[in-house]
Amino acid sequence: MDALTLARWQFGITTVYHFFFVPLTLGLVWVLAVFQTIWYVTGDETWKRLTKFWGKLFLINFALGVATGIVQEFQFGMNWAEYSRFVGDVFGAPLAIEALLAFFLESTFLGIWIFGWDKLPKKAHLASIWLVAIGSNISALWILIANSFMQQPMGYALRGGRAEMESFWALVSNPHVFVQFPHVITAAMATAAFFMLGISAWHLARAKDDETRDAFGRSFRFAAVYGLVATVAVTVVGHGQAQYMTGVQPMKMAAAEALWETADPAPMSLFTWGDEVERKDVFAIKVPGLLSFLAHNRFSGEVEGIRELQAEYEARYGPGDYVPPVKWTYWTFRAMVGAGMVMLLLAAWATWASLKDRLGTSPYLLALLVPAIALPYIANSTGWIFTEIGRAPWIVFGLMRLDQGVSIAVTAGEVLFSLLAFTLVYAALIVADVYLLRKYARAGLKPPEPAEPALTTAAAEA
Amino acid sequence: MDLNTLWFVLIGVLFTGYFVLEGFDFGVGILLPFLGKTDSERRRIINTIGPVWDGNEVWILTGGGAIFAAFPHWYATLFSGFYLALLLMLLALIVRAVAFEFRSKDRHPTWRTTWDWLIFFGSVVPALLWGVALANLLQGTPIDETKTFTGGFFDLLSPYTLIAGLASLSLFTTHGAIFLNLKSTDPIQARALATTKKVGPVATVLLLLFAVGTYVWTDAFTRVGLNPGLVPLSALGSLLAAGWLIHRERMGWGFVMTALTILFATATLFVSLFPRVMVSSLNPDWSLTVYNASSTPYTLTVMSVVALIFVPIVLAYQAWTYWVFRHRITAETELEY
Ligand code: HDD
Ligand code: HEM
Ligand code: HEM
Repeated sequence: MDALTLARWQFGITTVYHFFFVPLTLGLVWVLAVFQTIWYVTGDETWKRLTKFWGKLFLINFALGVATGIVQEFQFGMNWAEYSRFVGDVFGAPLAIEALLAFFLESTFLGIWIFGWDKLPKKAHLASIWLVAIGSNISALWILIANSFMQQPMGYALRGGRAEMESFWALVSNPHVFVQFPHVITAAMATAAFFMLGISAWHLARAKDDETRDAFGRSFRFAAVYGLVATVAVTVVGHGQAQYMTGVQPMKMAAAEALWETADPAPMSLFTWGDEVERKDVFAIKVPGLLSFLAHNRFSGEVEGIRELQAEYEARYGPGDYVPPVKWTYWTFRAMVGAGMVMLLLAAWATWASLKDRLGTSPYLLALLVPAIALPYIANSTGWIFTEIGRAPWIVFGLMRLDQGVSIAVTAGEVLFSLLAFTLVYAALIVADVYLLRKYARAGLKPPEPAEPALTTAAAEA
Repeated sequence: MDLNTLWFVLIGVLFTGYFVLEGFDFGVGILLPFLGKTDSERRRIINTIGPVWDGNEVWILTGGGAIFAAFPHWYATLFSGFYLALLLMLLALIVRAVAFEFRSKDRHPTWRTTWDWLIFFGSVVPALLWGVALANLLQGTPIDETKTFTGGFFDLLSPYTLIAGLASLSLFTTHGAIFLNLKSTDPIQARALATTKKVGPVATVLLLLFAVGTYVWTDAFTRVGLNPGLVPLSALGSLLAAGWLIHRERMGWGFVMTALTILFATATLFVSLFPRVMVSSLNPDWSLTVYNASSTPYTLTVMSVVALIFVPIVLAYQAWTYWVFRHRITAETELEY
């Protein structure tokens, strides 16, 4: 394999891996803040214990979010040096701002939150978790501003062979951010909700004492509503995003639907096995007019197809292949939407059951929710793979192709080595991570092992 | 001062802050397996830096982001050029970050020992590599006229850069030992003192060797002449003061002095570099400078406004954290994570 292909694999693996941990951080931190606030207001100890229980799982996850994030910060320079030179004037700014505004905030106050339970006044300690929540969500905003520039470049001018910033305001108010950020944030909330639902369901199905039933019942009810709201939101926003995409990156939509030729009204594909070389269907089941509806909110209306777009792009950008890998985009899009649909049903069922107080009598629901933890993870990963691969062959849409962005100084051998090193270390870490998450999730509110040395808080003056 | 210089200074400040703060984290991590004899002692040692190490690490993340934003060519050439060295550093930082969080979450002795040694590894490698990396910027590396690094991993290793690496390693270890002495109680406190007295002199010798090496192996002499100027002399002064204070067991002031040594040593490197950011060993004209590697004045202006507003805020709340966690970690301190 050449250096470009290897670098793409490495970037894909390290980034998808980073985003394994990110959504849970983003979504769960709000829950911690809310639970701790309820404890602060009501003084009910169960809320404090719940905060600590979910907080433990949060921290285990957060550690890997941080560890994998470090790689992200330097990867652009390591593997995509030419890209970095080309966009640095525009793209570096949001990245630096993210670190300055968000990473400092979340890491500093998380340290305070973990170690400050009885060193700070309750109110200040409560404020620290809210600051972590705000910090991590600000970090998502700025990185998505950076990513949106790659999807839909704004506020720049091409000069001296690079993109130079013309308007900072245009960069941060990129309309792409306004569809991408809500989708990512609501997806993250849905992730946290399903994580909580699965674990709470596991405990409820096995609960022997009222205490456990009470505590996980509260978590369950909260998560059910949180999950329902978030899943509805992610779907609605996703629909808006698909419409937006049809306008700015029509090729991505055409590829997502394996729509080889422009159609009006356009059918929505339920299942397509296509021939990518000939650009035609081998076998397909379609619902007439549905794609037009998705794109335009009515059952007629033109949706451009791959062949026409290819011809259009050749006329605009010169000869070349402007079609992203159709199988990837088609199936990842379906995996995301499919997972989303199942999540919608499950969240509705869970909400209904908890409102009707049926948790004790819904063994199927409780059993289903445990494996359902995987759904948002599938949707998140496939969502990003779709977004990023669908942009191909561009690294910056319309401005720079992937092959122009890769580092010159780095050999294929070096990338292969780093790819193996990252993959091996990441594989080992995920084993430890899942082991700990499982252990602490199963242990419930009680610490999984007897508390160690004296838990007093005496501290001598330094 | 023009904006390019301002950003060079700001990046220098971020690196200095990183080395001063994460410097003692590295030191503590390096000493962990040696100064903590029992599990509870090791937990106490980790807890001396527990609340702050991640905040300290963000200094370099911000530094990296700032280089990208202000000097994209520097970011691109440096990180693609020093590829394998950076990979090693990243792997170390990854396992270290995870180890702090994971090590106490299971009781099994093998589990804990493994993570403890990973903390050691994750601290020793960056402490060494940072010295190597910065010395390479100054000594010069093969960079061609297209700003592309043309060397390989082994081009980064020379007597000069290795001395620099050992100097940073020993300096951070000393810095960490003093920090540990200040934040713990006996028996850890006493062991940390003994370690300081052993490692301190080694660090002093290595730093002096490094200073001599800078005259021998870089163009510092031709650029500044025999008189190195105020900054390096301050580095020397604080280094000697640190030694004297440690000898007299005035550890609080000793810590201030090792912090100043790190500060002035980093400043010396940056001052010697300026206006270059990476020296080309092939042709001085091909060196990257704050002018040919930079972003546009517009971007620099935007970034300056952002930095001016937010850097003071960050400094304020980080300082506050250190105030909250100023107490010693004793055997009675709650060790929960
Ligand atoms: C939508 C959200 C999102 C996305 C797309 C990314 N990240 Fe991330 N990142 C976060 C959301 C986040 C977070 C929620 O803020 C994390 C995850 C868990 C955590 O510890 O903070 C984080 C951690 C994190 C850290 C460690 C911060 C620390 O030490 O506290 C760095 C350096 C990065 N990220 C950098 C990146 C870069 C350069 C990305 C682009 C490829 C990226 N992240 C994608
Ligand atoms: C965290 C969520 C993200 C995931 C899971 C993700 C995933 C991916 C994947 C799978 C690719 C490979 C595409 C291909 O090879 O064709 C890719 C490419 C890329 N992405 Fe992302 N991405 C994410 C966020 C971002 C962000 C926020 C940025 C920039 C700020 C970004 C920048 C890039 C770049 C530069 C490439 C080109 C390199 C390549 O093709 O591998 N990504 N991403
Ligand atoms: C069920 C209906 C859904 C629809 C119609 C939908 C639509 C979309 C579209 C069109 C994109 C690509 C945007 C672009 O490339 O410009 C996208 C990306 C993405 N989706 Fe979904 N989505 C849905 C459900 C979900 C769910 C349930 C999750 C996760 C829990 C999710 C997570 C993501 C993520 C992380 C991305 C990549 C980031 C982005 O581009 O916004 N999606 N989605």
